Amino acid sequence: MKVYLDNASTTKVDERVIKKMIPYFKDNYGNASSLHEKGLSAKKAIEEARNIIAISINADSDEIYFSSGGTESNNWALKGIAFSNRHKGNHIITTKVEHKCIMESCDWLNKQGFEITHLEVNNGGLVDLEELKKKIRKDTILVSVIHGNNEIGTINDIEKIGKICREKGVYFHSDACQSFLKEKINVKEMNIDLLTLNAHKIHGPKGVGALYVRSGVILNSWQQGGGQENNMRAGTENTPGIVGFGEAVRLGLNKEEIEKMEKLRDKLIEGILQNISEVKLNGSSGKKRLCNNINLSFRYIEGESISGMLNQHGICGSTGSACSEKSLEPSYVLKAIGLNHEMANGSLRLSLSKETNEKEINYVLEILPKVVKKLREYSPYGEVK
Amino acid sequence: MYSKEIIKRFRKPRFVGEMRKADAVGEVGGFKCGDAMKVYLKVKDNKIKDIRFLTYGCMAAIASTDMMCELVKGKTLDEAYKMSNQEIVNGLKGMPAFKVHCSVLGMRALRDAIDKYRKKS
Repeated sequence: MKVYLDNASTTKVDERVIKKMIPYFKDNYGNASSLHEKGLSAKKAIEEARNIIAISINADSDEIYFSSGGTESNNWALKGIAFSNRHKGNHIITTKVEHKCIMESCDWLNKQGFEITHLEVNNGGLVDLEELKKKIRKDTILVSVIHGNNEIGTINDIEKIGKICREKGVYFHSDACQSFLKEKINVKEMNIDLLTLNAHKIHGPKGVGALYVRSGVILNSWQQGGGQENNMRAGTENTPGIVGFGEAVRLGLNKEEIEKMEKLRDKLIEGILQNISEVKLNGSSGKKRLCNNINLSFRYIEGESISGMLNQHGICGSTGSACSEKSLEPSYVLKAIGLNHEMANGSLRLSLSKETNEKEINYVLEILPKVVKKLREYSPYGEVK
Repeated sequence: MYSKEIIKRFRKPRFVGEMRKADAVGEVGGFKCGDAMKVYLKVKDNKIKDIRFLTYGCMAAIASTDMMCELVKGKTLDEAYKMSNQEIVNGLKGMPAFKVHCSVLGMRALRDAIDKYRKKS
């Protein structure tokens, strides 16, 4: 049996999305900047997708800019705001649990002379709002906080964070790649100034994403060229990708699909906690956790071995262990929520999709205890139990 | 990422497990650094008569230590001590560069065991 539980990495493209994309490879392949028939039909399709995405977060169409994905949108938001608002200050606030592209962009900005504050999070991975208020200074120009965490699934209260930032007159950016469609996002009500979205986590194609930029926000273009995307992001539009992105958002996720994921997520978590000893759930539970995320630490064994052995049984998951990283350091997110090296190295992330079914969950519940037992037999610490 | 040989040994290691009444036990690493290795030796006439290991380690650590055990079994302590990690990597038909670090754990534990055995006798 094959069970794909790595949907936080990427998802399978929905058949209906593929079908919608095909004509933009085969027939309507024109450059959206061209004024002939093929160009105009591409342009029209892009604007339709833009509109669908804008509506899904209560933005206006002209506030949505397409990019090559979450990484580009996050880079653009941070670097763009930093350099466009340097006259106002050079302090940026973010957290210790952001996606790597935010962390790395902040490190780079730091080298360019910007001052970065990384907020601590609690054991569940949540940002402390009082701490945020205290850290905002006169020269703070941007606060960037991840919405749904990609590793541990914790959902930050971006509505409250948005309110704080708006009151203090500081731009607020959030990376919503994992939470998009799973959690309600209303950029107007939530006072969000910039929001990162992408397609491949929601059954859309890879290589396409978007950045929402509230109209009025001072943000320069980061990529120069032929003036596409209203002079904000140059480069010939990825028409099939954008069309697929729009279709993935149009299909969306309904209440039943979200509830089904929550139910299966909780079944898997409870089954593991009941049947395996010395295991810990990382992150928050219930409504503060993404409907599709499970992250566990198994004592005495190493995460890469766990996911490697699951893979031998047809189950795809991922790990935050040092041995899966070229840096040979375990996940900084797991360390930020207080895990020691041992527990951070023994982590396993399983992430569901709307297509995950009960049979698959039952299969994991059958295999995982055996895998853990076997690896603990290999471990010199197994006897400690 | 991993060769077939690594996957095979990871799935079914032949030398994994505790050895009762070992003549020497070598240890490296620990919980804190995220990987740990124990190598058990039985020695007869200055040769490795039998060898076993336990590890808190990744796929590369498990497979390479298993390969190492096979290569050193029957060798003299001197030969085993001098064996290079490259021989293990060759036996496994390659190892991703950033995982070589994990594959040397077994060798280090083996040398620790031999050191301890020599001190004892």
